[in-house]
Amino acid sequence: MRESMEFDVVIVGAGPAGLSTACRLMQQAQENEQELTVCVVEKGSEVGAHILSGAVVETRALDELFPDWKEKGAPLNTAVTEDEVYLLKDPKQGTKVPNAFVPKTMHNQGNYIVSLGNLCRWLAEQAEELGVEVFPGFAASEVLFNEDGSVKGIATGDMGVTAEGEQGPNYMPGMELHAKYTIFSEGCRGHLGKQLISQFSLYKGSDAQHYGLGIKELWDIPAEQHKPGLVVHGSGWPLDKETSGGFFLYHTDNNQVVVGLIIDLNYKNPHLSPFDEFQRLKHHPVLSRHLKGGKRVSYGARAITKGGYNSLPKMTFPGGLLLGCDAGTLNFSKIKGTHTAMKSGMLAAEALFEALSNGDEGGKELERFNELFKDSWLYDELYRSRNFGPAMHKFGQLAGGAFNYIDQNWFGGRIPVTLHDNHPDHAQLAPADHYEPIKYPKPDGELSFDKLSSVFLSNTNHEEDQPCHLKLADADIPLKQNLKLFAEPAQRYCPAGVYEIVEDEAGQRFQINGQNCLHCKTCDIKDPAQNITWVTPEGMGGPNYPNM
Amino acid sequence: MKALVAVKRVIDYNVKVRVKSDNTDVDLANVKMALNPFCEIAVEEAVRLKEAGTVSEVVVVSIGPKACQEQIRTALALGADRGIQIETDEMPESLGVAKLLAKVVEEEKPELVILGKQSIDSDNNQTGQMLGALLDMPQGTFASEVKVEGDKVNVTREVDGGLQTVALNLPAIVTTDLRLNEPRYASLPNIMKAKKKPLDVKTPADLGVELKAHTRLLKVAPPAERQAGIRVSSVDELVDKLKNEAKVI
Repeated sequence: MRESMEFDVVIVGAGPAGLSTACRLMQQAQENEQELTVCVVEKGSEVGAHILSGAVVETRALDELFPDWKEKGAPLNTAVTEDEVYLLKDPKQGTKVPNAFVPKTMHNQGNYIVSLGNLCRWLAEQAEELGVEVFPGFAASEVLFNEDGSVKGIATGDMGVTAEGEQGPNYMPGMELHAKYTIFSEGCRGHLGKQLISQFSLYKGSDAQHYGLGIKELWDIPAEQHKPGLVVHGSGWPLDKETSGGFFLYHTDNNQVVVGLIIDLNYKNPHLSPFDEFQRLKHHPVLSRHLKGGKRVSYGARAITKGGYNSLPKMTFPGGLLLGCDAGTLNFSKIKGTHTAMKSGMLAAEALFEALSNGDEGGKELERFNELFKDSWLYDELYRSRNFGPAMHKFGQLAGGAFNYIDQNWFGGRIPVTLHDNHPDHAQLAPADHYEPIKYPKPDGELSFDKLSSVFLSNTNHEEDQPCHLKLADADIPLKQNLKLFAEPAQRYCPAGVYEIVEDEAGQRFQINGQNCLHCKTCDIKDPAQNITWVTPEGMGGPNYPNM
Repeated sequence: MKALVAVKRVIDYNVKVRVKSDNTDVDLANVKMALNPFCEIAVEEAVRLKEAGTVSEVVVVSIGPKACQEQIRTALALGADRGIQIETDEMPESLGVAKLLAKVVEEEKPELVILGKQSIDSDNNQTGQMLGALLDMPQGTFASEVKVEGDKVNVTREVDGGLQTVALNLPAIVTTDLRLNEPRYASLPNIMKAKKKPLDVKTPADLGVELKAHTRLLKVAPPAERQAGIRVSSVDELVDKLKNEAKVI
């Protein structure tokens, strides 16, 4: 029997969207001298442990939420000083794009290079000071419904269940957290969000959602190479013409550099390995000149919801809201999702507070949120960048880039056409025999590394004796279908080496090393048969990212 | 009967420890911290003794900066009754810790003091023993079983080559080993309750202890990286290499 607790608002996920909702709710409650009970559950072992982002952050939402964030010590320490954009032609050559030809949305004056994990740690401190209950180490594993079908809350996962699914010696049943309204802000492809989207048909009328996979490393570099505030972006090599994506390299504080590659998950070639593309990318002189002599400190990966305006699901349903990257509020033309996720949370908090202070007992669809959203700068921003992603997909990097330059710099994103890209990412893979397998260079141990030593640096860990949290709907599909047709791409798209085809005397078998999982959700997105479902492992499990 | 449990905030065991690039110390910037696993076992044992009716109150004490209140709260969520933080930004050595704890023991007068056998960061394995010497109390270290019987406690110790059981007169000091118990998970309601449990803050000066450094940290260096292996083509080559290169046979 599970125990239950009652709150006014329960928030799933301590990221920018969830914590902004919590903070804004409590600020309003204090201004109006009202009691409000708000709780945030977070599956990571601490707030920030599962947060991974570039990140160059625009402060618009933060300025609104905490105008005095500087005095309060928010960890935004490195203002952007310089923007560089490159087109890489081949392993040796790259062209710097003159600033005048860069889409306006890619300019970063006034923005800050931050560790989003640390920003979330700070936001959680603010939330707790305002009276929010923040519970890291508890994974929301189940949505609870009222009899009328509205969302009643969530249940946290059971702890201490053995691999066989039995109650171990430390078994502790999950808790039911009931709320008038439940906020789902799990980040890209949240597993409860995915269920709600299908249950309430939230994608009705939207284009297919699109995703990218971001892989990131943090480096210590020699002080003489360090240029705090320098932001470098680029695209091209090593990705071929039909694969879109781009890299980032930011000089942050403390003689550190973050470097990463985002690959759109609509890539076609099943032999492609995002991890290995990123490793070889770092050998390009445009990047290696920043990294040489340095030492890699951390590694991680996370999927990105990037469909934007055209793919945005309905964010309201009876008893709850879907916010931030769980819905897809990222502005891909800026490659930024923090300020938009935060704003979605703040708007939600306003709609929620209005309802609750008028005696709303919960369980309704908060139409007011949709009105506030439509009137906000968030909507305007997403609307104006609606063509950015589809243009790249339709016209390719160059012509798409030109379209985006014209749309963003001449029309301010208000070009009177809307481009659509309605092919889901998982359906894009071509059969393996249409392509030659890609021969990736061996890692040199200085700039490039193998997968396992990389995963090691993510500090990822899962309690050993627990059921596998990567569920196959049909256990035969990996070998019988995916291996035959696509050379089982899970072996390559997973940036943590979770999936392996192992051969022994008994023959071939599909092995899932769930312990390595970085919670990036790529498998749930890219599996061509949509056969893999990512569910929450026991709370506390997963990466422990510092400063990511 | 009152039990006092000492707990320490340490780097989480899941985190791969990294040395600062200037070799001055381990990098702790935004690294996940946690309750020292041996201390967690100590808290669990005290709580089990309370649940069994042997102990009536469990007091946890931790020494460190304000952040170590997090670990005290964790212990309170596991079932301890109240906490004491001795606030200092210094990293006291084992002797300093033992001196501070001795003062707390004099004030609180517990019958049982339970500590982890060592912390996983400095790995000294000294505090419990030093505390025993300072207080002239019997000690049972590396405990894998603790049984209170009347005014005695029987402690089964994990020693080289087997187990040794000692009977100690109370009040006594016990330091925990890994096999003593498997700590429970803190439940959500207990975490919420823990926020409301009493937590006193004291300073070393309040206790009349002056912390002194007896050692100086000169340098911290990561272990040498393992060299890549090589593949040998024959047994003869292997034997040759073991004989002439590795010089092990």
